[in-house]
Amino acid sequence: MSPVEPTLVTSSERVQDGVDGLTVPLHRLAHARAGDKGDRLNLALFAYDPNHYALLMDQVTETRVLALFAHRGASRVRRYPMPGLAGMNLVIDDVLQGGVNGALNLDGHGKTLSFLLLGMTVEVQKV
Amino acid sequence: MTFLLGSGAGFSGDRTDAAIPVVAELIRRGQPSALVFETLGERTLAAAHRAMREAPDAGYEPLLSELLAPVLGDCLSHGICVLGNFGAANPDGACQVVAELAGRAGFPQVRIGRVHGDDIRAHLGSLDLQRWEAENRELPDEASLISANVYLGAVPLTEALALGAEVVVTGRVADPALFLAPLVHHFGWAWDDWDLLAAGMMAGHLAECGAQVTGGYFADPGYKEVPDLARVGYPIIEVEEDGSLVVTKPPGTGGCVTERTVKEQLLYEVHDPANYLTPDVVVDLTSVAVSQVGPDRVAVRGIRGKPSPQRLKTTVCYEGGWQGEAEISYAGPNALARAQLAADVLRERLAFRAPTELRSRLDIIGHASVFDSDAGDLQRTAMGTGNGDYRLRLAAEHAERRWVERATQELLALYCAGPAGGGGVRRHYQRRVCTASYLVKRSDVEAFATLFNPRSDYHVAS
Repeated sequence: MSPVEPTLVTSSERVQDGVDGLTVPLHRLAHARAGDKGDRLNLALFAYDPNHYALLMDQVTETRVLALFAHRGASRVRRYPMPGLAGMNLVIDDVLQGGVNGALNLDGHGKTLSFLLLGMTVEVQKV
Repeated sequence: MTFLLGSGAGFSGDRTDAAIPVVAELIRRGQPSALVFETLGERTLAAAHRAMREAPDAGYEPLLSELLAPVLGDCLSHGICVLGNFGAANPDGACQVVAELAGRAGFPQVRIGRVHGDDIRAHLGSLDLQRWEAENRELPDEASLISANVYLGAVPLTEALALGAEVVVTGRVADPALFLAPLVHHFGWAWDDWDLLAAGMMAGHLAECGAQVTGGYFADPGYKEVPDLARVGYPIIEVEEDGSLVVTKPPGTGGCVTERTVKEQLLYEVHDPANYLTPDVVVDLTSVAVSQVGPDRVAVRGIRGKPSPQRLKTTVCYEGGWQGEAEISYAGPNALARAQLAADVLRERLAFRAPTELRSRLDIIGHASVFDSDAGDLQRTAMGTGNGDYRLRLAAEHAERRWVERATQELLALYCAGPAGGGGVRRHYQRRVCTASYLVKRSDVEAFATLFNPRSDYHVAS
């Protein structure tokens, strides 16, 4: 089975074989869980292989995550590195369009959004 | 000696047979232990207050009997303390149910501790409230107010245990405090031994969502495999007097406890990992390490604590008007284009058939929905074959039910007046509950515990 659902991934997020490296969804390298409080979402992201922690820190930046959630009205992203867990906690403000009580979205908690993050692409070196 | 914390439920609506293997394992081990039911979400309490308004005997966890009946007798006969926030809006009502269940199980003299003080609705107006950081909402007017409850810490729960309670019933408390209380009671930890309190709170944090630490909410086929999810075992946390923790689950159950399952739950709903706020301690997770120490056994080390905050979180629930939803399906050749046309028709109809203050949203499920914005940005850009199986969904909200009904009726009318081949319309409406959170001064909150007296206390308003 393909880890890339065509209906959910835009053309720029498809796996691309570049000259210097491979562009792959974060989903190949990391796992994540979403949690909510009010209109704030946290995404805990962990590398499967601790050797990929540096790559996550280089490429899963506050700027890129803010851009990924811009269409949802995200106003700020703060990233808390957790090197001991080979992961990070991403806290995104104003992304739930009202939160569990105010949202018209089917998923007012934003629980599914861990997989929106995992659809983001990262570049890995060719081996 | 090791103290065992078992989880019997992680939310209102959780599996009602989850506690059975947990209790069987607690009995088999024969160590001091507690079983905790966490069943009170942000909105669950508002639903409970509403239910109590309509029927004074309601207002506690609706599944309470189903959750407790299979295990209460075994817990009482083996000295396993039971704690739960299943009191919701009506802890006295829940106490009465516990008393009846215990009586039926042969324990008519059961001692039930009841925690008081979370419901501050009566004097909300006179309190010094600060807005909670993640929100920016005005206090709702008195007429629309449904409930106001403080997240209490573990102190009044330990008071209940000190009174000899075998079952502790609470309304709103910080979820992990349900787990910290029996640890403090058993080990005699001091209320300013911050590292120990932090370890106990995190034991609770890891277990409070039930299966979420033992393989639930984790499986991703091909990437993260979880065996026998249909029989996933709920967590047992082994806690030592020095605050050492091991996360495990009953033998013979499904699921798994791995470094990965524990890491995902460790940061669940956490914001700044250096300052995880709880009523009893501020937890610092920056030095935490997890390590697999055996099959389905993960040790968690390096949890540190800092002095507890001066203010406690309070969540206020208030009436939020009406929300309605309606859906219609389109499938097969050119289905996406037909669903999109239906959406366009609906938008146009609502523009002249509904008041401008009606808030609405259209999703095309199967194409773009939960990731999308209310404005439908992804709906216009997402890729797809266009020949799949789609469901157009309308969500609308308004202060008055009639306008929500009107909006969903417009979707219904797509049957005959919309694009070809639409089918399977469903619609429903519900009252909406809004919440807002504030911080109250700890000194303004009076929390305490009493032992429940089934005859005299029943029907006393909380």
